[in-house]
Order: sequence, then structure tokens, then C-alpha cells
Amino acid sequence: MVKKFTALDLIIRIIVIIIAVLVLFPFFLIVINVFRNANDIVSNPVSIANMSFEKLINNLTSVINNTNFSFWSAFATSAIVTVFSLVLLALFGGMAAWVICRNKTKWSALIYMVFIASMIIPFQVVMLPLISTFRDVGKFLEITMLQSFPGIVFAYLGFGGAMTVFILNGFIKTIPFELEEAASIDGCSPEGIYFRIILPLLKPPIVTVTILNGMWIWNDYLLPSLMLGHNGKVKTLPVAVQAFIGSYVKQWDLILTAAFLAIIPMIILFLFAQKQIMSGLVDGAIKS
Amino acid sequence: MNKVNKKSLSLVILAAGCFGIISALIMDIMGADNSFRGELLIVGVIAFLGGLYLYPTQKHHKGIINFIFLFPLLFCFAVTVIIPFGLGLFYSTTDWNGIRLTRFVGLDNYKAMFTEISFLWSLIITVLFVVINMIAVNVIGLALAVLCTSKIRGVGFFRAAYFIPNLIGGIVLGYIWQFVFNNVVLNWTLQLFDYNSSMLSKYNTAFLAIVIVYIWQYAGYIMMIYITGLTTVPSDVIEAASIDGATAVQTFFRIKLPMIASTITICTFLTLQSAFKQFDVNMALTNGTGSVHFMGQYLTNGSQMLALNIYNTAITKNSYALGQAKAVLFFIILSIVSIIQVRVSNKREVEM
Repeated sequence: MVKKFTALDLIIRIIVIIIAVLVLFPFFLIVINVFRNANDIVSNPVSIANMSFEKLINNLTSVINNTNFSFWSAFATSAIVTVFSLVLLALFGGMAAWVICRNKTKWSALIYMVFIASMIIPFQVVMLPLISTFRDVGKFLEITMLQSFPGIVFAYLGFGGAMTVFILNGFIKTIPFELEEAASIDGCSPEGIYFRIILPLLKPPIVTVTILNGMWIWNDYLLPSLMLGHNGKVKTLPVAVQAFIGSYVKQWDLILTAAFLAIIPMIILFLFAQKQIMSGLVDGAIKS
Repeated sequence: MNKVNKKSLSLVILAAGCFGIISALIMDIMGADNSFRGELLIVGVIAFLGGLYLYPTQKHHKGIINFIFLFPLLFCFAVTVIIPFGLGLFYSTTDWNGIRLTRFVGLDNYKAMFTEISFLWSLIITVLFVVINMIAVNVIGLALAVLCTSKIRGVGFFRAAYFIPNLIGGIVLGYIWQFVFNNVVLNWTLQLFDYNSSMLSKYNTAFLAIVIVYIWQYAGYIMMIYITGLTTVPSDVIEAASIDGATAVQTFFRIKLPMIASTITICTFLTLQSAFKQFDVNMALTNGTGSVHFMGQYLTNGSQMLALNIYNTAITKNSYALGQAKAVLFFIILSIVSIIQVRVSNKREVEM
């Protein structure tokens, strides 16, 4: 069947393009203005006059070499925190979800209930006592929990745990129990059953939770700003951007370049894993 | 022989772990002046779990594995969520200053926050913000979903384009939009209406600016969920409708909309919760500024919403107990919303 090109199609097409232009307009502004210098940006922000690669390199070097921003260190911090949190969340979350799902006892039901109930707790309620608890535990044990990598990864394990267990648990329920019984009769140990049989099957939901948690952890501002502080050496990208921009009010060439650097990794990742990211976020929303 | 060896090895490791834990705790309580007790405790716990794992027993092995599998996540969860949550409820009834507390004040913090006019203002504009966005984001998201499920070329590109704003964190996004409002939109309003002040400087236009940014960020995400919902509507039902002579508009309102009712519920509560928790954009875009005359007082933070109000009360003004009490109220409102959500979706499931 050959579809006719009707007037309605044309109208829809025009509307869709107009909306896309509106939505992408701020990105367009960033991209053109990182190629221009401060005077040009302020005198006419929506213009492609006086763009040059020299100015881009000039902007990039002045932001990257800025000691208030320390882009590479912030980028590395964000990457390390995100990767460690995601790997450990997938590992521990899967283990916990499996135990909770396969043990029909009062205890596992109770733990699951607490996990689910905790998902409605907003971060604001726990943030103040969390900082004081971490400080006290740190003093008590002589471990630096605040302003350190292990501390913040630990916190993300705690906050991301409930959702991870919830989504993985929903998937493990659909795996037939006979599979585990058969392995157990063949002499497989419980840990062997999990790591050799269940974990390989868990790949799709682990991709989903990793995307959900990854977007959240990479973009999170409040937790790292409270735990790492603005003056500490360890800063994640959002905290560094906030600290940097706070100290350069109205220097739009620097601010836009910093924003450009902060969003580029996410956009590149999105271009490569567009399908997975979009479906992962939608799946997560529908399930929870 | 092998088994005996294994057993004694595991017992040695277990004992070493226990010794490490106990000696570290003793050092802590004595307040010993060394810097390795934390590491000792961690090594002790790992040794304890390792010894437990190696212990050769048929009967209890399953139980031991269950314990080891649950322990790491539950421990993190308890320390970061459960304990601070309990402490938070407790601190909200004291004069806690972030480090120590001297006395109980009962419900004084709760009384104090309802006499604070700027807090009441925050509460009102937050509710307004939530209601506006709940409607606007859902209507726009659904409209975009309808557009993006029509058969035009390059639909994939448009879906991705509408979705992209959702990838970027609120802080960076807030600063980008600050640039848009302060430089670009200001130029436009200057040329068109000869209006020479930024949208972000007045409380009402600043509020509108936050609404715009929120819709911009969130509509694409909600659109994706609606697209998933719309594609689950069976095509034979739509075909049957078109054979019966239903127009596209009729098919949409009479058939598609009722069939995606559960998706609408999900999206409504999703926007409700996330709009209510709005913090990053609020902070980066306006930081709550904008003066307003309200209940006989002149407030300087006319665009400060609830989450930012809590943050500023505790961190900027250093009234930790008051901020904590506000956070508890925040939690109560959110849990009421969640309970209603569960009720509504359960009711719908029964009907189906």
C-alpha cells in the first residue's frame, strides 16, 4: 500500500519540526557560543558571527586550566563514583534480591516491605542526620566517611539499593524455580546457583537498573554537595560546575563552556546507547 | 582429613575476624589514639564473613550464604537510610544544631514553621507548581506522544530530540536557562515590549521560568512513557473503529485514551512526585530570589520552593532542627500522595 502524502502529514511534520527547534534551542545556543568570545556573546547571544576554532580552544583551555573548576579531577571523580556505585549496586543488589525472592520466610518478606516503603522517603528527610551520622561514625572509627570516595559510594549503595532490589526482584520471580532445583540436585552450591545460573539471566534488568542509577548518580547534586562540600578536594562534576559558576557571575563565555563540557559526556553516551537508555528509563518508571 | 583442615582453617579466620572486630571496638570506646582501628574493623568483618563462608557444614550452608548475600546491601541501607530517618524524626522534636542537642522542645519546631510566613509562601507556590506541571507536562507529553506515533519519516530523531533535555542534570540545566532568560529572552522582551528587566528578577515571572524549564526537561520523558502506552493499544481495535466510521479524533478520545488510563495514572503521579521534589533547577535558576508582598510581610525569596526552603533553613541559616521538622512535613505530604496513588491504581486493577 502506497501511502499518500496528505495535507495533515505536512502539518504534523511542520509542528514536529517547530517543537524540535524550540526544544533544541538552548543546546544550539551553547554550541554556537562556545566558539565566540565574551563580548560577542553578551552583545548578541543568538548570532553565528565571529565564530572561530581559536576562540573555542581559548575558551576550553581557560575553563579546563581553571583551578576553581579543575575539570579533569571533577570528571574523574564523577566517573569513579558512578562506576563503583553501579558495579557494586548491581552485584550486591542482585544478591540481595535473589535471597529475598527465593526465601519465603517472614524475615525476607519484612526486609522487602522495608525496602519498598523506604522508596517514598525523600532525600531531604535523611540528608541532615545522614551527614551527622557519617561524621560521627567517621570520628568513632577514624575513617573519613565525608569527603572521600568510599563514603559517597557507600551512601549511593544505601540510597539506590531499594529500587535496584525492587526491579531485580520482579525479574527473578519470572525465572522458573525448577532451574535452580535441577542445579541443586546436580550438586551445585547455593552461591554457585546464583553466580552461574541466575546472574547470567539477570543481564537485561541489570542494564535497566544500571541506566536508571547511572543517570541519577551522574547528575546528582545534593548528596555530593553535602557529603563532599564545595571546598573539599574531591568534587563531582555537578558540584564543581556549581562552585565554578558561583564564583564567575556573568562571565558567560566561561559558564557556557563549563556547561558544554559537563553535558558532552552524557550526550555522547546517549548517541551510542539511545535505545537502551530510553527504554531503560521507561521500564523503570512503569515498574516503580 | 581435608574436611578437618578446612574446618580448622575457617575457625582460625573466624576467630581472627572476631578478634579484629572486638579489639577495634574496644579501641573506639577507649578512645585510643591510633589511626588503624577503622581499617582493622573492616578487615575483621571481611575475615568474619570469609570464615563463615569457608566453614564446612551441609546443614547451615544455605543460611550462611543468605546472610552473606544480604549483608552488604542491608548494612549500607540501614546506615544511610533507616538510621538517619529515625534520627531525623527524633531530631525534629529537639533543638539540634547539626552537631549536638541540649533539650527536647516537643512540637515547637512544627509550630514555628507554620508561623514562618516565607515557609507558608513556599508551601503555596510548591502546590501551585505541582498542579500546573501535573496538567501541563501530561498534556504536552501526551500530545508529543501522539505526534511521535504518527507515521511520518524521521520519528526516531524527533523522539530522541524531545528526550535529550532529560539527560542533563538540574544544576547545569539551570545555568544554561539562566543564560537563555537573562540574555536572549531579555533582548526579545526589550525589542518587542520595551520591557527592560529579566524574567528571573520578578517572583511571578521567575516562577513561570521554572515552570517552563521543568516542562522542557520533563515532557520528553513523559512522552516516552505515553508512547509505550499508545503502542500497546491493539491495532485491530483501532481498525475496527475506523471500519465503523470513527474519525481520528473520535478514535483518540473514545478508544485510545480510555485504554491507556493506567499509563495516565503512572505519569500523573510521576510528575506529581518529581515536581514536588524540585530542587536543582530552582537553586541554579533563581536560587529562590524575587521579592513579594505576602500576609503583611515583605519576602525576599518569592520563588523559593519547599525543597530549597528546607535546604536554606538548615544549611544557609543553620537552623537544623527547624529544617528537619520541615523535611518531616515534606515526607508526610509525599507519603499521603503515595498512599493515594496505590489506592487509585489498585482500584483500577480491580475494575479491569
